Amino acid sequence: MNRYRRGKPEKMMVSNSRGGKSAKEPRRGASGGRVSLLGKLRSYLQSHRHLFFSTVKRLASEPIQTLMTSLVVAIALGLPAVLYVGVVNLQQLGSRVETTTQITVFLKIDSSQKAIEQFQKNLISEADVDTVEYISRQQALEEFRILSGFGDVLDMLDENPLPPVFIVQPVAHFQRDLVASEVLVAKLKGMALVDDVQLDMKWMQRLQAMLVIGERFALSLGLALALGVLLIIGNTIRLAIESRRDEIVVVKLVGGTNAYVRRPFLYTGIWYGVIGGILAWVLVAVGVQWISGPVARLAELYQSLFELMGLGFFGLIVLLLIGASLGLIGAWLAVARHISSIEPK
Amino acid sequence: MIQFDKVSKRYPTGHEALNGLSLELDAGEMAFLIGHSGAGKSTLLKLIMLMERPTHGQLLVNGKNLNRLHRSQIPYYRRNIGVVFQNHQLLFDRSAFDNVALPLLVSGYQPREVGRRVRAALDKVGLLDKEKMNPIALSGGEQQRLGIARAVVHKPRILLADEPTGNLDPELSAEIMDLFRQFCEVGVTVLIATHDVDLISRMGMRQLQLQQGRLIQDGVPA
Ligand SMILES: Nc1ncnc2c1ncn2[C@@H]1O[C@H](COP(=O)(O)OP(=O)(O)O)[C@@H](O)[C@H]1O
Ligand SMILES: [Mg+2]
Repeated sequence: MNRYRRGKPEKMMVSNSRGGKSAKEPRRGASGGRVSLLGKLRSYLQSHRHLFFSTVKRLASEPIQTLMTSLVVAIALGLPAVLYVGVVNLQQLGSRVETTTQITVFLKIDSSQKAIEQFQKNLISEADVDTVEYISRQQALEEFRILSGFGDVLDMLDENPLPPVFIVQPVAHFQRDLVASEVLVAKLKGMALVDDVQLDMKWMQRLQAMLVIGERFALSLGLALALGVLLIIGNTIRLAIESRRDEIVVVKLVGGTNAYVRRPFLYTGIWYGVIGGILAWVLVAVGVQWISGPVARLAELYQSLFELMGLGFFGLIVLLLIGASLGLIGAWLAVARHISSIEPK
Repeated sequence: MIQFDKVSKRYPTGHEALNGLSLELDAGEMAFLIGHSGAGKSTLLKLIMLMERPTHGQLLVNGKNLNRLHRSQIPYYRRNIGVVFQNHQLLFDRSAFDNVALPLLVSGYQPREVGRRVRAALDKVGLLDKEKMNPIALSGGEQQRLGIARAVVHKPRILLADEPTGNLDPELSAEIMDLFRQFCEVGVTVLIATHDVDLISRMGMRQLQLQQGRLIQDGVPA
């Protein structure tokens, strides 16, 4: 230590001259870090506007990468959208098709001919009943013999095991109303002569049930694919972060906050989602357009006014919103995991 | 302005890079950090930058105890400091102007203000006519001056440099050191790590000599 001396005199001279300088520069400290609140807000908005365009520019400068990611997002968004369009159109189709619900009434096997005739009269006078068809035990046996091919077995039996049956068609407004049909079924079941009642769900009801399943399927497929979109965008953003590592390090060294570093990546994620949403809409629209010709000709054959429905403007908005949200969340997941781990070393 | 109080830094590898080090640097003072490679110079600067945290002891900068500074406060703290590296850490995907503008952009300066300050900083280091060039097209000395412009563009209170003349010839090195002295003259606290003892011995500035993480000499060489 003794070879050196602390250079007090010289330093004091320096600090004297500095004292004068800093007095002439009273705003130096303030302008070094702080900016007025209004100015801050303005530059915040400006920086967002700047980000809006600069992130687009960056995406446009890598068109292949951008298109690939957006296309994958588009397909993931488009698949459930196609299913949805299919379900909606089938529902629309179903609501236009006339259909028949029929109720099969099994009478007690030992019902007398007289009681059966009376029962038939009662049935016809029932307000909810449109038509009634009677199948006697003998007719039922013949039918069964022909249809089942178990004729030999039946011949071995001493007695006809089949009960008398009525096939009941409810009035028109019951046709698509499952609940009303069930009420009628319960009423029939309560009658003295009746052994059992069976409501035949015709293909319309089956279709309705299938459509409910289809809707659920579209929803769960949509959720699974949404997860896929999160992963795709998350991974793309992760790679983008990785490729801009040097820049992130420098930005952090000069006082950039995590939020500042995050922002362009969040914007980029949103853009992927939005572009993907638009592409998905276009894909679905093209698909609908493509099959609408044949469908119209088919409808003509059946003299139906059926017209294929697309996604429409509302569908576009929904796709954009879903795409943008998924893009933001996916980017956020990537950014939260990777940006805070990049620190200057 | 900068005060180390029995600061130790042990890296996860178990290596003790700084060992109970105490020193004080006044506001507006300029000092050189010297010592062999591995003496702990870079570690000391990294502690000031909060790129590393001390394992023991206290570090006060501008009256603030850095141990009590929360992670989220680090960016705002760093805006008071300018750093220059040997490998200058310039970004080659943008112009010289945009490189220097970075510290202002992260702090949310107005574009007009950014332009004014960036040009002032570039002028100061003599690169005003190269603002549109990509730093990769600049010479080694120019790149280092660009790094300095970026370090001072936001008028920090403290300027740190880690081997800023590392791979420059003596003449350019002297030029760079002279730049640092000019910043000191306007009140910036300057701390420079270097092993170029020949160069700085002629400057008559305070020297802090490290050896194996300890301060072994402190003062202006006689
Ligand atoms: N991140 C690190 N992890 C482990 N050891 C390190 C790390 N950084 C530096 N060191 C060690 O600490 C000691 C001091 O390093 P450094 O501060 O870079 O010295 P100088 O800059 O004086 O050459 C060296 O022995 C070095 O190997
Ligand atoms: Mg070093």
